[in-house]
Formats: sequence, structure tokens, C-alpha cells
Amino acid sequence: MSVETPLNRAPIMERFGEAIDDLGFAHGVHAFAAPPEMIVELCRFLKEHPALRFNFLSDICGVDHYPDVPRFEAVYHLYSLPNKWRVRIKCRLGDPPRIPSVVGVWRTANWHEREAWDMYGIRFEGHPDLRRIYMWEGFEGFPQRKDFPLRGYKDKLNPLGVEGPPPTQPDLATKNIP
Amino acid sequence: MTEVTELSRPEGEAPDTREVLLNLGPQHPSTHGVLRLVLELEGEYVARVDPHIGYLHRGTEKLAESFTYTQIFPLTDRLDYLCPPSNNLAFALAVEKLLGIKAPIRAQYIRVLMAELARISGHLLITGALPLDLGAMTALLYAMREREMIMDLFEMISGARMHTSFCRVGGVREDLPDGFFPKIREFCDIFPNRIRDYERLVENNRVFLKRTQGIGVISAEDGIDLGLSGPNLRASGVDWDLRRDEPYEIYDRLDFSVITRDEGDCYARWRCRVEEMRESVRIIEQCLDQMPEGPFQIDMPTIAFPVDKDKVHCSMEALIQHFDLSAYGFKVPKGEVYSAIEAPKGELGFYIISDGSEKPFRMKVRAPSFVNLQGLFGTSNAHFLADMIAVLGSLDPVMAEVDK
Repeated sequence: MSVETPLNRAPIMERFGEAIDDLGFAHGVHAFAAPPEMIVELCRFLKEHPALRFNFLSDICGVDHYPDVPRFEAVYHLYSLPNKWRVRIKCRLGDPPRIPSVVGVWRTANWHEREAWDMYGIRFEGHPDLRRIYMWEGFEGFPQRKDFPLRGYKDKLNPLGVEGPPPTQPDLATKNIP
Repeated sequence: MTEVTELSRPEGEAPDTREVLLNLGPQHPSTHGVLRLVLELEGEYVARVDPHIGYLHRGTEKLAESFTYTQIFPLTDRLDYLCPPSNNLAFALAVEKLLGIKAPIRAQYIRVLMAELARISGHLLITGALPLDLGAMTALLYAMREREMIMDLFEMISGARMHTSFCRVGGVREDLPDGFFPKIREFCDIFPNRIRDYERLVENNRVFLKRTQGIGVISAEDGIDLGLSGPNLRASGVDWDLRRDEPYEIYDRLDFSVITRDEGDCYARWRCRVEEMRESVRIIEQCLDQMPEGPFQIDMPTIAFPVDKDKVHCSMEALIQHFDLSAYGFKVPKGEVYSAIEAPKGELGFYIISDGSEKPFRMKVRAPSFVNLQGLFGTSNAHFLADMIAVLGSLDPVMAEVDK
């Protein structure tokens, strides 16, 4: 199925053609794969370029591809209010996952990034306030990772949980965020 | 009182101006659920607000990874529980895009009709609840009376008043029942006058106006920066409605206007919703007029149950397919999709990654209330603690959707 993309790709490919992969257009969204270290530059470019103006950040989503390597992924969905275009940016991340924060580009990224940190342990470097958002302070582990059991680990509050020690990930402890 | 403080203060020290940390919620009637706000107060002014959410976190996204696509519908009901048909619709559309199918036209009309009823039901609650938060109790009682009519209609269609789960991938569960049309026509006749009633109850209420007009102003730039959507953003003058700008289902056949206001304050957000209800009634009336006869479910035995149940009893293949579908669900081709609709609260998006099995590999819900709640940080003017309640109410977050 080859659908003509409505998106004006020329300025993006001209500037980032070497670094990013064009994953094509499907179901109304044009997707790109980008290296994580470029995410801020790319987002700022997409937001501020006069022909693109992706001024609305719809969503940031963490994905765990366990046991594939690289294991994690951060997916950004951008929307251009003036042009009515949608773009998806996918960044594969290693373990432990790190990616620069885009809070400086859109303030709405704040809670999206906190959610991805809470659920997947993706560390958004430069985030002003990277705390857990859904789980409580002191919760151990990242519940939406594929290796975290659906019912959680057994303890006195969770008698139906899975036997076994909770995942201790000293390098990813909730405190000591860079 | 003043004398006491004067006496207790040691000689020569400046007046005590410590910041006070106030905990609002999680159990508080005006936080619309279980929201906890930690407020730093400077006198009566709110200096900083820190919302703590997650009290209602049920792990919808994690649960969805172990459910088949049909089993996820009841989970989506429980996101924005005021308007389940919209959530069902958003999810069904995302899966249908992956499958490359479309529901029959009649099913699309039924879905849109229910989504608009849901929009009215959701907006009705806030139409009454915002004045209630600010001390005008009457409007809520009247709003609930009309909401009851919608609940009755839902019950008539699906058998459930709140969690309808009426959508299916490739259509809806059943056809509309007998006697539904006169009932909904009656609602459409009555309702516009009732909207006028709410307006009259509140429009001339000086307390309500004083406490909402010019309070909690969010500019268009701030609104976009904070990711607000739906009526919250339209009240700041951004003319954006996915029903018109990315038409899904049969919205491109319908004639409706997108309500915007320029003020961006609490009153504008309330007003936007009230006027959107009028447009929704117009949409429903058009749906009723245009609704064609025909199937309400796609004719694909691997995805939807056969409409004619006798087939299952007579044909071997139909029986096997029926069993397969109930026991294992259907497979969805590998791929990913982000599909958004204009839910009552704003842009409701479902991002689904499929690995080719019966269950999604990853399902992300872009919940509008979750993002809209960040609007608390976007108000430009400093406000009193009491105004915080108005701002929060006017943003209309549903905590079940915020916490997912």
C-alpha cells in the first residue's frame, strides 16, 4: 500500500537526511527513526521551521522491546496545528535507557516524560523534575517493563503477586537522578 | 485577632510571612475525584501548585497487553467514565486502521450518535459541577435530570447505563432497538430548551460570573505549549477540532460548527462546553435523519460474530470460526498506528503496536484529561486559593482518565 505522504519532507531531509531514517507514511502518520542524541535538535527544528510548524506535542510513549536489543524505545507524536500533519519520531534506546528531555521545547512534555520514567525507567536528561507520577515514592522497579509481572511481586500488601524478589536495579533507583 | 498577633511577635522582627503548604485532597469534593494538590500559599495567593496523581491508577496499558482486542473495550470504558462510547470509538478506530477495515455506514452513524450523546453527558456534568464548586448548587440538579435521560437512552441501546462497551471492531454490538427513534427525538426536542435553562440559571448569577470571568486565563500559546486540547484549547481561541480537521467516521457528512472563544478564562471554558452541547444535538438530529438501513457489523467471520446466529448452528465453518473468535480473538497484522478522535475532553489518541498476535504488544492511551490537568501551570495571573477550585473545575479533568 503506497499512499502519497501529505507531509512536506524536503526541509527535514535536507537538514537531517544523513542522520534520520524515513520510515514512510502509514495510517495518517509519517514516521522517522532518529538517534536519541538528536531528539531535541530535531524537535526544535520541526517546531520552528516555517514550512512545518509542528507546534503541538501529542504524546510521548515509552516502549519495552524485551528481549530485543536495543531494548527500549521512546516514541514522540507531533502534530502541526496549521498544516494538520502528524509525525512520529522513534528513538531506540539501550539499557539503561537515556534520552535528552524535550521539556525545553514543549512544556507539556513534562508529565509525559515523568510517565515514561515511572513506567519504563527511561531517564530524560535535563528534565526539571523527574519524579514518579503514578506509582508512589519508594516503589521499586518499573511496572510496564515486559519482565515485570502483571500482578506485581508478592509482599504483605499484595498477597496475589508473583513469588520472587522485587527487581533491584541499583543503577536505576528512583533517587539519584542525574 | 490582629492584637494577638501583634503581641505575640517578638520586638523588632518583621511580620511573619512564611509560606504555608496546604494539602488539598485526595478526598475532597471539588477535586472531581481523587486528585491531591499540594499548594504553596503566600497568604491567600497560590504561589506554586504540585498535583499528585495516580490514586486511581489501574494499569490499563499494562493490562491491555494481556487482553485480546475485544476484551480491551471494557477497559476503555473505564478511562473517561462519563463518556464511554467515545473511548470505545477511539480504540475501535485504531484497531480498524491496523486491520485495514471500516465499519458499515449504519454502524458508523450509530457510533457517532452515541459519541455525541456521550459528549452531552460529559459536558452536562461539568456544566452543573462548576457552578456547584463555586456554591451555586441548583444547576447540577437540573443537569443531572437531563443526564438521566441520556443514561436511559444508553440503557435502551446497550443494556448498561454507564459502561456501555457497545462498540466492536468492525461495527457495533447490536442494532438500535425498537422504539429508540421516538425516544431520542423527544430528547432532541426537549434538550435545547433545557440548555437555555442552565444558562439562565448561571448567566445572571453575579457570584458565578465574578469567580469565573477573567480567572485562570490561559493564552493560546500557553495552551498549545501545554498540550491542552478540546474545549479547553478552543476557549483560548484556537480553532481546532479533530471532528472537522481530521474527519473520522461520517463527520465529513455532517454540518456543525466549531465553538471557539477568545477570553481563555474559566467562564469561556464553561461557555464553550455549553454551546458544544447545542452542536451535539444538531449532529444527533442529522444522524437520525441520515441514518441508512443496512448491516451494523462488518461481514468478516474472522473478526466479528455472524449476525445470523443460525449459521453457527448449521455450518461447520461458521461454528469453528465462532469458537475461534470467542476463545482466542482475532489476529491483527504487524504494524503500528496512532489514531486520535475528538473526545469530549480533547484529543483522545490510541497508539497501538501490534506484533501480529491477538493481543497488542503495546497500547498507549493519550488521555486528554492527563494532559489538560497540566493547564493548572498555564494560568498567567496569580490567583487565590478559592480560584484554584474554579480553574480546576473549568479544566474538567476526569481522574479515571488522568490516572489510566
